[in-house]
Amino acid sequence: MNLIKYLIIGFVFGIVLTKAEAVSWYRIYEMFQFQSFHMYGIIMTAIATGLIGVQIIKRNKLKDIDGNLICIQDKEKGNARYWIGGTLFGLGWAMVGACPGPIFILLGSGFLSVGLILIGAVFGTFLYGVFKDKLPH
Amino acid sequence: MECITHTWHWAISGFLIGMIMLTLNYFGKVFGMSSNLRSLCSMTGIGKKVSFFDWDWKSQRWNLVVVLGAMIGGYVAVHFLSHTSNVSLNPKTIEQLTSMGIDSPNGKLLPDTLFGNEIFHSAKMIFILIIGGILIGFGSRYAGGCTSGHAISGMSNLQLPSLKAVIGFFIGGLVMAHFILPLIF
Repeated sequence: MNLIKYLIIGFVFGIVLTKAEAVSWYRIYEMFQFQSFHMYGIIMTAIATGLIGVQIIKRNKLKDIDGNLICIQDKEKGNARYWIGGTLFGLGWAMVGACPGPIFILLGSGFLSVGLILIGAVFGTFLYGVFKDKLPH
Repeated sequence: MECITHTWHWAISGFLIGMIMLTLNYFGKVFGMSSNLRSLCSMTGIGKKVSFFDWDWKSQRWNLVVVLGAMIGGYVAVHFLSHTSNVSLNPKTIEQLTSMGIDSPNGKLLPDTLFGNEIFHSAKMIFILIIGGILIGFGSRYAGGCTSGHAISGMSNLQLPSLKAVIGFFIGGLVMAHFILPLIF
């Protein structure tokens, strides 16, 4: 089936993030204390790998699995949403040491308490949806 | 087997994460985890009342399948591929954590102080986890992405908005880790 390949990608993603310890509250704390290179190394290597790959895709006009030209949409222009939204996200990230990917991964691993973070995150997303038009973007 | 159960080197981990993003590009998709939170909201049917959730979330079903796979992957990694040497932190970090009353890793991914099942008896800890979650959910949707969507996907594609968001992530994270967490614990 078509969706199986996404299940496999997700499976690999879950294993990599767990074994890299990017899902660990401790690693995030250590990163924000500048006491380890580990997380910075992961993020920078991932960006470098992605950057090279995206350049290869663009320069060779590579096609995706369905034969369509791979086109990665640009992010919308803006200021307030990125600065304010980004800062709020960062506060939460350092507070509970998990970003959206790890929230799901940890929950799957059996850490029930992470379910509280997920409830909060879904509610936070809901709040954004409600107040979206009143916020500067 | 040891090279699997021990902490994976950052270079290998980072490379694999980059490859995962590129594989999704090859499938005609974009790597980003927080949009699943929006899909979860929309699945409840709230789109009838709040227009932001009235969108074709079914086109994002593939991403929910990625999440499902990630949950299974996490389970397998934690239960079958772990080792007591995991999460070996800088000794200075451990000292700091101990002084804050937070237990050090000893092979665990998360501190019991914040994530053990006893926290369900502590209103303070429940409050911290939910507030943290709200900041993550609200902030990532406001900024239009999280670590995967902006830091990895966006930065690899040299997007200026993503750079702004990532600087924001670090401003917020540093303020929390250096000034607010010590007040909470």
